[in-house]
Amino acid sequence: MKPAKFDYIAPTTLNAAVEALAAANGEGKILAGGQSLLPLLNFRMVRPSILVDVNGIRELSFIELRGETVVIGALTRHRELEQSPLIATELPVMAAAMRHVAHLAIRNRGTIGGSLSHADPAAELPMLALFYEAAILVQGISGRRIIAAEDFFVDALTNVLAPDEIVVEVQFPPLRHDGWSFQEKARRFGDFALASIALSIRHREARIDEARVAVMGVADTPLRLRTVEQSLVGIEIESPATADQFARLVTSSVTPNSDLHASAEYRTHLLEGLARRAMTAALAGMGTKQ
Amino acid sequence: MTIGVAVTVNGTRHQIADVEPRLLLSDFLRDTLGLTGTHVGCEHGVCGACTVLMNGDSVRSCLTLAVQANGADITTVEGLGTPEALNSLQAQFREHHGLQCGFCTPGMLITGEDLLRKYPLATDDEIREGLSGNLCRCTGYQNIVAAIRSAAALRQRNNK
Repeated sequence: MKPAKFDYIAPTTLNAAVEALAAANGEGKILAGGQSLLPLLNFRMVRPSILVDVNGIRELSFIELRGETVVIGALTRHRELEQSPLIATELPVMAAAMRHVAHLAIRNRGTIGGSLSHADPAAELPMLALFYEAAILVQGISGRRIIAAEDFFVDALTNVLAPDEIVVEVQFPPLRHDGWSFQEKARRFGDFALASIALSIRHREARIDEARVAVMGVADTPLRLRTVEQSLVGIEIESPATADQFARLVTSSVTPNSDLHASAEYRTHLLEGLARRAMTAALAGMGTKQ
Repeated sequence: MTIGVAVTVNGTRHQIADVEPRLLLSDFLRDTLGLTGTHVGCEHGVCGACTVLMNGDSVRSCLTLAVQANGADITTVEGLGTPEALNSLQAQFREHHGLQCGFCTPGMLITGEDLLRKYPLATDDEIREGLSGNLCRCTGYQNIVAAIRSAAALRQRNNK
């Protein structure tokens, strides 16, 4: 329950951090909030030769509006996202999701760059990156590149980052919709989700004309449900059957796995209930939000 | 490899020349500084017993390296009050019998302090949600929630 030996460096610039990672030849690990890395170190499930502590790189910590896009620096803490008025107005689904991200002491430390890099299939921020079609700016020894969230997550705890690459910032284009909801269920509040759904809809006259849907906890990565989005277009918002119809669409498009925490049947049942609740809340919010 | 760490704990400045990077803040506080009020339970961030304040924010000291606390201001349970002069939250824990074996209590108190400062804690649901990262195996939480509810009301009254 104590980490194996490692060296430690705390650079104050991004370039120095990337150089240290490249010099470690794949044996280095980035230490940001440390809320996923430290348990792995304590259990000796990872034994890096060096930790590159990026907490001193001030340029990585910001939330700003760049044109229409909300840009979040990789070192921004969960607690800052939870509290940000900009996130509350521009990315309301993220604002609603943040209170489900672990517990206060974890949110005080955990970072968005760390959460995306760790790529837990039941973590909120990877799902939100997918949901909002975020672009992830990363820097490696050979320069910078932008990766679409959709191309970023490969498998559970696996993404496309090279060993010398660091997440620099995450760019979120806001959705100009008029109804949304985030629903999640975990065994204990703040724990990783058994199932979760994010929904955002826009209506024209009495029908949905655009929708965005993502789920997590039901596959090895978070999932964007594009076919469900397309099926929602044209559906009447006043119809009492809409929430049930949406729940059926969602459950028929995922095939959850059974694991220690929940059976596939239970996850499907849970997701059905969460989807119904999400649509009901999204429809109820219409007209009250821009 | 060892690194020098300068840290202020409960108002006292400590300078330790040779800290191994792998040393956890929890072990640094207990073994290096002898402050055993901070308890070590699960050592992977689940139980909350080791929670301390770092620059005013509650953090898991088992998920923080001692070298990361370089330059930081740490408050442990020893820094909240003394047996003769408990702080208002500690006094409410005593008043409401908010502890039995006491193992989780340092983490509960530090988490409670952070919650009291950051959230209005107007409802029991809010208090329970705030405490969801701290495990207690004795009390069933009822009395801990009652103690925090009472401390929140007291502090609100005193701030008016």
